[in-house]
Amino acid sequence: MSDVSAQIEAASPGAVVAEFEHVGELTVEVQKERIVEACRALRDGPSQYVLLSDVTCADFPHEPGRFRLAYQLTSLATGARVRLRAWAGALDPEIESVTSVWPGANWMEREVYDQFGVRFSGHPDLCRILNPLDWEGHPLRRDYPIGGEEVQFSDAV
Amino acid sequence: MSTTDPRTENFPLAAESREAIEAALREKRALTPTERVIASVEAYTPQEAAERTLANEMLADARPGVRAPLLINLGPNHPSTHGVLRLVVELDGEVVKEVTPVIGYLHTGIEKQCENKTWWQSVTLVTRMDYLAPFANIKAYTMSVEKLLEMEVPARAQWIRVLLAELNRIASHLVWLGTSGLELGAMSVFFYCYRERDELLDLFEMVSGERMNHRYFQVGGCAQDLPPGFIERLQAFIDEMPRRIDEYEALLTGNPIWKDRMKGVGVLPAEDLIALGVTGPTLRAAGVPHDLRKTSPYSGYEHFQFEVPTATEGDCYARYLVRVREMRESLRIIQQVIDGLPEGPTIADDRKVVLPPREELAWSMEALIHHFKLVSEGFKVPAGEAYAPIESPRGEMGCYVVSDGGPKPYRVHMRDPSFVNLQATAPLCRGTYLADLIAIVATIDPVMGGVDR
Repeated sequence: MSDVSAQIEAASPGAVVAEFEHVGELTVEVQKERIVEACRALRDGPSQYVLLSDVTCADFPHEPGRFRLAYQLTSLATGARVRLRAWAGALDPEIESVTSVWPGANWMEREVYDQFGVRFSGHPDLCRILNPLDWEGHPLRRDYPIGGEEVQFSDAV
Repeated sequence: MSTTDPRTENFPLAAESREAIEAALREKRALTPTERVIASVEAYTPQEAAERTLANEMLADARPGVRAPLLINLGPNHPSTHGVLRLVVELDGEVVKEVTPVIGYLHTGIEKQCENKTWWQSVTLVTRMDYLAPFANIKAYTMSVEKLLEMEVPARAQWIRVLLAELNRIASHLVWLGTSGLELGAMSVFFYCYRERDELLDLFEMVSGERMNHRYFQVGGCAQDLPPGFIERLQAFIDEMPRRIDEYEALLTGNPIWKDRMKGVGVLPAEDLIALGVTGPTLRAAGVPHDLRKTSPYSGYEHFQFEVPTATEGDCYARYLVRVREMRESLRIIQQVIDGLPEGPTIADDRKVVLPPREELAWSMEALIHHFKLVSEGFKVPAGEAYAPIESPRGEMGCYVVSDGGPKPYRVHMRDPSFVNLQATAPLCRGTYLADLIAIVATIDPVMGGVDR
């Protein structure tokens, strides 16, 4: 078990589901209920992952958890990086927001909500950010049609 | 997807206000803070707007000495907001109480389009995200794909990448300096900056054939070697540029108006900036020497001698000084690239990923087959995920790619520094004057192509 997983386990026993090392990058998969605890443990832990670089998601329609979230954490002290991963669930995907740990997660999570329809509980301002506010559907889902949708703003030419 | 409402047909912002209300109604929830601001800044129709104004005036009349906060809509098309950024500003007199940035006006769904293109075709799309730093975009993307392929890039290609990335940093900072000057009333800086930027675009054109949105970096290296005559022209530019930077500084650094508009404006402590995810010159101006070229060198940056300019004040003026000094450091790096550019190939020799040399197609059947397969089907990338961060002119530009083992990306995501840094607008602007807001947005340097993607 890596240092990172050990730190998460110490703060929240049983949170770590698996860990992978691939192309030199460490990925730690955690239970979705424990994501905030895991983030807080790494931010306040000895390796000081104080910077949340990115929150994003990928859609795997055939997996039971379907929406795989990826949190890129950076340590400003050492430059080390780790990726936390959690599955949001296929039906009614929802995960706790990490805005309480990093206020900067606000827009990143709004983008994931907008593009994938994953809800973040406890988010202070969960609404669309890139697409129009009354847009229907979530474009970055794999089952969202490409080329099937009507062209927007074509009357403006 | 909005159905046209005749009442809002020629009032796009009013239509958005309606969208915000209807989105919440449809989902049977209360409006979120951003939606509430969008809904309240614009009325459905001019008649309704007049009624609302009247109601507000009556409110003020009833309680003398109390003024209702004023909600002002700035943008999305405004000369001083660096592109299609819309800011809804709540003012108390001239003091900013709250700012809500509204973005998405340049959203073109590039990340979705990438999923429908092959790995090599997507290069063309990602360059168009942050249009002032196209080399940074492709560099992050190609680096993440190379990571998944576990591919070695030849030294010469790495050095050329460094060279162009640094030239791109200068070009981007020149646009920033010129437009910021324009926004704060220092007109002439703009013309000086664009003069040098044009020379840089000429250099980019020599290398890649395009002045913007270059497709020069490929997975595995660079498309071609540097053209003949390029180094000489570049050397002339490098020799001249320090004097040109002195010129900009002579116009601005000691200029009392410039200092008055910038000094002490838009300060946040470094911890707050980090918590907001802010990186790049904005963070370095607050005293954190975080620069990925130094802290986690990539693409051969460890071979070069350069300083990471920082400042401690964290105000607009510090951000200006940091960027100007960064241009000088970039020049130092470029000079070292010119002096030590290694010989050798400019692209990896892997026929399953990299196109064979053009001349080989005339005589080698194998090369022809490889060429055909690569162009028609594309190369396959082993399954997995990778995140490659680089230091773009605005901060950490990271590319997160997921592959399912096929010839098309399963997911491409760009962590664009403009998008994340723009979140700092509201905390930086609260309690300042409306005029300072322009200076603050200018020195955050958001590029809306990168914000909206």
